[in-house]
Amino acid sequence: MSNAAPILQVRNLLKTFGAVVAAKDINIDVSKGEIVGIIGANGAGKTCFVNMVTGYLTPTGGSIVFEGAELVGKGPREVTHAGISRSFQVSQVFHSMTVEENLRIALAIAENRGVDALRPMESDALEAKCSDVLRRYKLEPHKHMTVSVLSQGIRKLLDIAMAVVSEPRILLLDEPTSGISVEEKFDFMDVVMGALKEDNVTVLFVEHDMEIVERYVSRVLAFYQGEIIADMAPDKALADNKVQEFVIGKRH
Amino acid sequence: MLRDTTSKVVLFGGIAIILLGAVMPNWIVNQLMFGFSRALAILGLLVLWRTGLVSFGHAFYFGLGAYTVAIVDIQLGVTDVFVRLFGGAIIAGIAGFIIGFIMRNYRDIFFAMLNTAISMVLYGIIVKTESLGSTDGFAISLPTIFGIAPETKYPLFIIITMIAMISALLINFYLKTTVGRLTTPIRDNEIRVEYLGFSVAHAIHLKYTISAVLAGGAGALMAMSLGQVDPDSMINWTVSGELVFITILSGPGNVIAPFIGSLVFEVLRTYAFELAPQAWQLIVGATFLTVIFFLPGGIWSLIAKLGRKKS
Repeated sequence: MSNAAPILQVRNLLKTFGAVVAAKDINIDVSKGEIVGIIGANGAGKTCFVNMVTGYLTPTGGSIVFEGAELVGKGPREVTHAGISRSFQVSQVFHSMTVEENLRIALAIAENRGVDALRPMESDALEAKCSDVLRRYKLEPHKHMTVSVLSQGIRKLLDIAMAVVSEPRILLLDEPTSGISVEEKFDFMDVVMGALKEDNVTVLFVEHDMEIVERYVSRVLAFYQGEIIADMAPDKALADNKVQEFVIGKRH
Repeated sequence: MLRDTTSKVVLFGGIAIILLGAVMPNWIVNQLMFGFSRALAILGLLVLWRTGLVSFGHAFYFGLGAYTVAIVDIQLGVTDVFVRLFGGAIIAGIAGFIIGFIMRNYRDIFFAMLNTAISMVLYGIIVKTESLGSTDGFAISLPTIFGIAPETKYPLFIIITMIAMISALLINFYLKTTVGRLTTPIRDNEIRVEYLGFSVAHAIHLKYTISAVLAGGAGALMAMSLGQVDPDSMINWTVSGELVFITILSGPGNVIAPFIGSLVFEVLRTYAFELAPQAWQLIVGATFLTVIFFLPGGIWSLIAKLGRKKS
């Protein structure tokens, strides 16, 4: 864990769906610049945690403080305005539009809030920014293609690129490499993590692939049955007995 | 605002139509007045349709605009064309803004039918209320323009064409703004729009209110063109159906499309009625099916295709 002052503080977070406890006693401090991997078996509560931080789900109890402001009770839009953005396990983009059109509308929304949304969308500045994002996320060859015909990998890149155009301080990625072939996963993550490093974004990402976790994260949060069972550096976490048994599935 | 091709076509086309109107026979001028008036409502439905929302009840706002003209005429003796027009558009806009708080939460068939329900409530109230003209409606006095009573319908035709031009230019501008561009994105993926930081509810509310203002203005102009209002030709569900029919006939491709579609509809209905007074709906219905099967993008898709071939 970094010694810098935390920008995200999660305290006693609880989420229940009737009798099912999806998250309990979650306490985390995340410092600026950290790259945090969230691991756990299916149903461990990883996506539930991401959904609570990003306003998609309202916690049953506890608090989520970002840069000194409480996030509980805020919806996705307010959380985005606060400076937290996300991508999704199944990419959430505009399927009947081209890659370039997707990025343009994302950039325009990020830049034209309030009454500015009634100003003409297109401008030279917007086009320049759009070209820059297309270049950094290696999306240029696909810019004129409609999203519905693109591979899952390109859609995921676009999903992440659209999430960062609002210049968030924290980005949560939900299984960024799911649906991406084994041969492509490192190239994909190199593009994403390289671009995010340039932007100096703090990243929390849910991941099942331990090779990705080992290679890219500075800290691991392991979830099991809605609780955090390990919060440590990746080499230690992956060697931890509880993580080995409940996350990776090896018995001792 | 006037730099793109669409704006230039609207501007120069509108001026040409106004000039030609001076030498056109009266029946053509009448058809153009009805067509352009109705087209304003279609323009509003186009804004909604691009977002994936089809209202099957915009006769509510159309009728509200038309009845505002009748009521200010009969109760207050207001004859000025602009007071009547803006009165109808503003009343419909206020109603649209208030009802929009409900409508922005619904999609698909629920959005379509909830609008029908509201329009039929107004229809029921008017039909059952003697002081609102009941089933007979009201005759409306001829409008005046800045205190002058014109002897022909040509001045009203000029005003309707100019209002149509201004509305088309404003909507063309709106569709180029960030909120105006939030049509396909909302239709494709509301969650992403919210996570980009824009309220889908606010965007739909604005679009709905714009469509209500335009439908109200359309109703007011239609009432003044016809010289009368009655519930069956202004608020009944068949009027809403007619508006949806013309929207599909026109296509959502361009702000000019509603004006072309609306004129085609006027001509189609007039000739279908002349040809088969007892079965004119059959001809209109067959045309509707033909458009759906062969021109899913409406008449505008044909024009766009021809334009592309030329260039």
